[in-house]
Amino acid sequence: MATNPMAQFEVYRIGPEIKLGSIDISFTNSSLFMIISSLAILLIFNLGSKKKSLLPTKIQLLGELSYSFVSKMISDTAGSKAKPYFSFIFSLFMFVLFCNMFGMMPYSFTVTSHIIVTFVLAFFVFTGVTVIGFMKHGLGYLKLFVPSGVPALLLPLIIIIEVISYLSRPISLSVRLFANMLAGHTMMKVFGGFVISLGIVGGWLPLSFSVALTGLEFLVAFLQAYVFAILTCIYLNDALNLHH
Amino acid sequence: MELEAAKMIGAGIAVLSLAGAGIAIGNIFSSYLTGAMRNPSAAQKQFPNLLLGFALAEATGLFGLVVALIILFAF
Repeated sequence: MATNPMAQFEVYRIGPEIKLGSIDISFTNSSLFMIISSLAILLIFNLGSKKKSLLPTKIQLLGELSYSFVSKMISDTAGSKAKPYFSFIFSLFMFVLFCNMFGMMPYSFTVTSHIIVTFVLAFFVFTGVTVIGFMKHGLGYLKLFVPSGVPALLLPLIIIIEVISYLSRPISLSVRLFANMLAGHTMMKVFGGFVISLGIVGGWLPLSFSVALTGLEFLVAFLQAYVFAILTCIYLNDALNLHH
Repeated sequence: MELEAAKMIGAGIAVLSLAGAGIAIGNIFSSYLTGAMRNPSAAQKQFPNLLLGFALAEATGLFGLVVALIILFAF
């Protein structure tokens, strides 16, 4: 079982089985790691904002850096109108980042490697953006599907394509994060298995590759959280600043 | 053909989509380097766009990998 590269993604129950009707809502290792990452975020930002000194301590610097990073990202991509949604995008970015990073610890569980988790996140983004768009522009939001400067003959086809691409947003957003996490962790397990099976003589090559891969995976863990947040900003920009 | 063998072949073909991702990532970085060599002062500002392009291109190839994994493990 330990050699199966997919065994790390197994969700198992911790503690007693809890049932709500026919739905199993027991506490699992997935929920445990979600709670751990949420608590870690809370801890860092509480410690960082407790003593507000002019010369920041290390942990305060961490909080300030991530705040200004996300703040700059939002103002760059979605403009000043998106300021009210800062707290949502910030917590989304931090949650995805911490789930990815906690997944990089050996023997831990990667929450974001399950499509249901990322799909729910993406679906809330999609629903929220659609509701905001209709609230700001009314039915004029449907103009999003009609790009300007398209010949009238092509317009029916373009509208269909635009609607499909709009509706596939939650799928592409969630599958992107899920596939990256799944593929990366599977690959690391496979190369780890090579080290064991080649033994002390030939195992050094896959071991060094595995070390490089770990570095790449840390980069990917950060990048995917960044991409998730920046695509949310881009979708929000479509809803807030409708110009066609 | 046996179902098991057909599944393996199908998964192998699905993984070929990662070749496209490889070409795309190489293209992104080579274009970035070309641009950065010509105008180094503008390079730093485009670095987030580079990372975004890299992540988007890589993800498109990984969709193929997910299809392969679904073929192998979900059916």
